[in-house]
Amino acid sequence: MTDKIFTREEWVKALELLKSKYRVFVPAKDGDFHNFFSLEDGKKPDFDYQNTRKSPKSVIYPQSERMFEYSLDEADPDVNILKESPKDYTAQAVVGIRPCDAQAFQIVKRNFDNPEFKDPWWVQHFESTTLIGLGCNEPCATCFCTEVGGGPFHESGLDALLVDLGDQFLIRTLTDKGEVFLGEIGGGIPADDAAIKSAEELASAAPGKIKAKVPTDKLRGKVINELFDAPFWEDTAFACLNCGTCTYLCPTCWCFDIQDEIQGKAGDRMRNWDSCMFPLFTLHGSGHNPRDNKLQRVRQRFMHKLKYYVDKYDKGIQCSGCGRCVRYCPVNIDIRGVCKVMNDFA
Amino acid sequence: MLKYTEKIRETASKLLKDKTVDVFIGYRKGTVPMMNEPVLVNDPEKVDQLYWDNFCGLNLCNYLTKRTGKIGIVANGCNSRNIVTHIIENQIKREQLYIVGIPCEGMIDHRAVSRVVKQEEILEIEQDGLTFTVKGATFEETLEKRKYLQRNCSTCTHHNPVIYDEMLGVEVEEPSGIDPYEDVKKIEQMGSEQKQGFFTNLIARCIRCYACRNACPLCYCPTCFVDESAPQWVGKSTDPTDTMTFHFLRAYHCAGRCTDCGACERVCPMGISMRQFTKKLNKDAQELFSWEAGLTLEKRPPLDVYRPDDYNDFIK
Repeated sequence: MTDKIFTREEWVKALELLKSKYRVFVPAKDGDFHNFFSLEDGKKPDFDYQNTRKSPKSVIYPQSERMFEYSLDEADPDVNILKESPKDYTAQAVVGIRPCDAQAFQIVKRNFDNPEFKDPWWVQHFESTTLIGLGCNEPCATCFCTEVGGGPFHESGLDALLVDLGDQFLIRTLTDKGEVFLGEIGGGIPADDAAIKSAEELASAAPGKIKAKVPTDKLRGKVINELFDAPFWEDTAFACLNCGTCTYLCPTCWCFDIQDEIQGKAGDRMRNWDSCMFPLFTLHGSGHNPRDNKLQRVRQRFMHKLKYYVDKYDKGIQCSGCGRCVRYCPVNIDIRGVCKVMNDFA
Repeated sequence: MLKYTEKIRETASKLLKDKTVDVFIGYRKGTVPMMNEPVLVNDPEKVDQLYWDNFCGLNLCNYLTKRTGKIGIVANGCNSRNIVTHIIENQIKREQLYIVGIPCEGMIDHRAVSRVVKQEEILEIEQDGLTFTVKGATFEETLEKRKYLQRNCSTCTHHNPVIYDEMLGVEVEEPSGIDPYEDVKKIEQMGSEQKQGFFTNLIARCIRCYACRNACPLCYCPTCFVDESAPQWVGKSTDPTDTMTFHFLRAYHCAGRCTDCGACERVCPMGISMRQFTKKLNKDAQELFSWEAGLTLEKRPPLDVYRPDDYNDFIK
């Protein structure tokens, strides 16, 4: 564990110099909000933000990724043979990721990287990524990370944590990857006791600023079918538009679809994010759709996050409390309320 | 606008009690500032959740498609025009509906409000007639409502419901001398390449969540062309050509039907102004067919009838 101090200007300059070693992703202004961009996009890093509109999940798990390529040309000796598309596993760093979004990768990891299954692309992207967190001095009113096992300065899943001390950042390394990153970045000065104390004060003050109560303690004890058949879904689902806002902004939604895209005699096999909110998500080749209506789809999303995942892994809910779906659901379906209704259901 | 909350509750209670309607569709107060949630009430004891304020900018007509039974629904100007469109397109029957009209004073643009407080988190909004007060952890600002209306509301000339069974207030005066198409005219002046650049940039942030499509009452096809898989009309990756195809085709499907209710723009999580597409078609419908969507049950829309004097200058 190393603690170092950088002024804000030094930090931004140091990141620029790091471009030869890492593909560096930073929060930057994107119209009215912030999103993560690679420094190669020429965007100016801006660490004065609460959280990005889109989660940084696409850094490890792109919205569209080419899995394989193939030829349909009969004259080609390799006709109809799938070949893995070249992937770029250059070392990358997400600098300024919020602890909830780092925690989200740990939640998703149970699905993509477990003893039974390993998703080769997710795993390799994840392993090539260093996560440099930024503690939340001022969590949003819609945040509830503390209710789901995280916190505004939660270190799990991070390789280093930055603390915003005003005109300086304190960086504390947490893993070997973090040490390597700090070694590469160079500069900075060892943190003095006063800076460490300020950082600790910020870290201990922040969790108390999160007021939301999202009880999850009784979810595991519920009978799946009783929750599934519960009458409250009708009210929960009514407003839903079945758009993909919640699933696409969510750092823990991981579902994808596989599509072949063919142009002339060349084909690509793509995987694209998919959403359980879309009817096509479950449409069978026969034409039958087991989740044919809105209620079924809304129920699936919440049951997956708040019940099936809980039962399967016994590691809490599939949610890191980032609050994006709460803030941006166009019809204000609030997962905090849904979770409470499910937890209280008897 | 807040004054209508009580009236909506009273009316809904009466309609549910005397069985004029089986269900009542309105809004309930949201859990975050500037957001409200569409709600369906079927019990007169539960009408207290109904609510109305300056942030009811979705389109409730969306929840009527192919519903059965008798339905009470709150409707302001644009929502009522979509109800008319729904009726003439056979998505609901007039006799199924009890329309509770609200003379609309325009909805507040949540993005404009966030912009004025420099994207600082808004914790509370107090609404008071012509002004509203925005509060955050370190600021409090009182703003004039008329300056922060949704862009479609600021050029609206149909605030009053065009169809209703009961009105909850006195009709508001419709403004005159407004040119709703100033922005479209600017785009029309552009050359092809400039237009291409403008539209490419307009939708660059699109994540293909389809919130715009799904918030729109016009989009009720059982299977949307983007969801067709055999044949597949449009790719599902984030390829900009596919995203552009989606936006263009979605807009064209709204030609002569769009009421410019603004729901598409309101719901977009990426803040895309996709009304720039539909507004051009509204302008065309007006100029070529003297048509504004949803004003009457008596006439068929221009794209579902043939008239010998139809505009045909595009045939060369």
